[in-house]
Amino acid sequence: METKNFKRVMVWELPVRFFHWVNVLTIIVLTLTGFLIANPPALQSSAEATNLHSFGIVRFIHFAAAYIFFFNMILRVYWSFVGNKYASWRAFWPFSRKMWNNFWHVMKIDIMLLNEDHPDVKNISVGHNSVAALSYLVLFFMAIIQTFTGFALYADTSGWWLPQLFTWVSPLLGGDFVVRQIHHIAMWIFIFFSIVHIYLVFYHDWLEGRGEVSSMFGGYKFVREDRVKKVIKVDETESKE
Amino acid sequence: MSTNNEKRDTYYQSIIKQGYSRRDFMKFSTYMAAFMGLESSMVGQIAQSLENTPRLPVIWEHYQECTCCSESFIRSNHPIVADIILDRISLDYSLTLMAASGHQAEAAKAETMKKYHGEYILCVEGSIPLGDDGNYCCIAGKSAKETFLEAAAGAKAIIAWGSCASNGCVQAAKPNPTEATPIHKIVKNKPIIRVPGCPPIGEVMAGVIMHVVAFGRLPKLDRLGRPKAFYGKRVHDTCYRRPYYDAGLFAETFDDENSKKGYCLYKLGCKGPMTYNACASMKWNNGVSFPIQSGHGCIGCSEEDFWDNGPFYERTTKVPGFAVESNADTVGKVAAGVLAGGLAVHAVAANISKRTELMDRIKRGKTNEKNIDS
Repeated sequence: METKNFKRVMVWELPVRFFHWVNVLTIIVLTLTGFLIANPPALQSSAEATNLHSFGIVRFIHFAAAYIFFFNMILRVYWSFVGNKYASWRAFWPFSRKMWNNFWHVMKIDIMLLNEDHPDVKNISVGHNSVAALSYLVLFFMAIIQTFTGFALYADTSGWWLPQLFTWVSPLLGGDFVVRQIHHIAMWIFIFFSIVHIYLVFYHDWLEGRGEVSSMFGGYKFVREDRVKKVIKVDETESKE
Repeated sequence: MSTNNEKRDTYYQSIIKQGYSRRDFMKFSTYMAAFMGLESSMVGQIAQSLENTPRLPVIWEHYQECTCCSESFIRSNHPIVADIILDRISLDYSLTLMAASGHQAEAAKAETMKKYHGEYILCVEGSIPLGDDGNYCCIAGKSAKETFLEAAAGAKAIIAWGSCASNGCVQAAKPNPTEATPIHKIVKNKPIIRVPGCPPIGEVMAGVIMHVVAFGRLPKLDRLGRPKAFYGKRVHDTCYRRPYYDAGLFAETFDDENSKKGYCLYKLGCKGPMTYNACASMKWNNGVSFPIQSGHGCIGCSEEDFWDNGPFYERTTKVPGFAVESNADTVGKVAAGVLAGGLAVHAVAANISKRTELMDRIKRGKTNEKNIDS
């Protein structure tokens, strides 16, 4: 049996990868510091409060990471208008027929683990598949919730106009109690997402063998040769990879 | 009761008539400026306003409540304050404090409402039960809702005293059997000042009511209709134990060494970080102390639904829809565990179901490995 020929395709552009890893770092930092803020550990110290600022530092890191997370998200939204088709907002729009067909296909093959007699290579998504797209949409919605609730809790201690834009959230939801609760529960959704996301990346890399894991580092994925249009001039070194 | 006075005295005239001196009057004005959160240069303006403004009649209604607001008010900083505002000058009707009772009292109220239609200030203490036609709270044969709507119709402004009138407080806690309702949900077309707290600080109450009666307009309110001067900051942000919080020094139990040292009560469920009130700056009982200074965390009594956002002595909050004792972290940990287990099963199932495909690929890969030249 012949090995299939694959072509190297730039799927995730540099800004997308940059966004992804900054997002990973800030979410990890925000989750860890968030847990610390929610339930701080006992500090064994005999120092005077004057000489300590540990909890203040934890909160500072949380707020700083939150700002990075926020602006990073804005960068990604911008890139969804100027980036390639795998980065475009259209790739996250779950209402086209093509998307839904792919959604059910992924549910059948990858989630319910059924096998097809005659697999169609076109069913394998070059970028992310429709189920993944939907999960990213949910995550984006969660990021918005975290932004609104987080800045709402933060606004009162800040003089800057940006957090001040969110002062209406707390009164609307019925006070800081509720806002804090939502902020905390939404964090857990980020954790659940991360677990499933990492598993599925490994799953696809293992079953499809086209560089799912490494694609978020180098940006390249490998696509079956028969799916790539013939180009007139082919670079020698790239053609038979 | 001064309802029947044909000519309305100014505040100053009333105060002097009651036997207070000019000096007492100036003291009173200074207190009021301080309570309203105004600078000292405003004292003259308050004095002038009180000298020239005819007194405003005040009707103080009591519905579903415990009278802790009135109790707090009559203990506000200086006796002259409560004395002047409540007893001698303005109060035309208050179940708890008036000397009159029965039909005469009700008649006096009706007269005030008629005579000063559109001028009097209506103070409301307590929530209004709407369940079962409002039968849970009836005064003089009328339901609370009926009395309130009647009194509100001719009011210039309404002050909602305490968490009951502002948010519903304890009696509105789930499942709220009497359908206790805060007043802003019943009357929409009148300016309403919400002064939440269980009770609100006496000095705050004095400051708010004096602002309205002396200046004839509402103090600056925030988005929830609370006076900004008193509800603009969290208890946490003005708390004297805040340095311990920033240092990460927390009391773990109420009887440990850290608690004795006066460390932050955050881990003991202090709701100061979520509660907007002036407790930490104005304090209670003539500035003697406030809950946190006395070693007990804030329970957030001036926040909406504080009773349902418990427990009071833990940082965690209950998650609605789950078992009684579960909090977000417990639910989260269990869900994460189930999720991880599910994924492990999926991983095994994937390798079994897709084995042909996988074996083929491995075989091809190994063949290629053998055929590598160079």
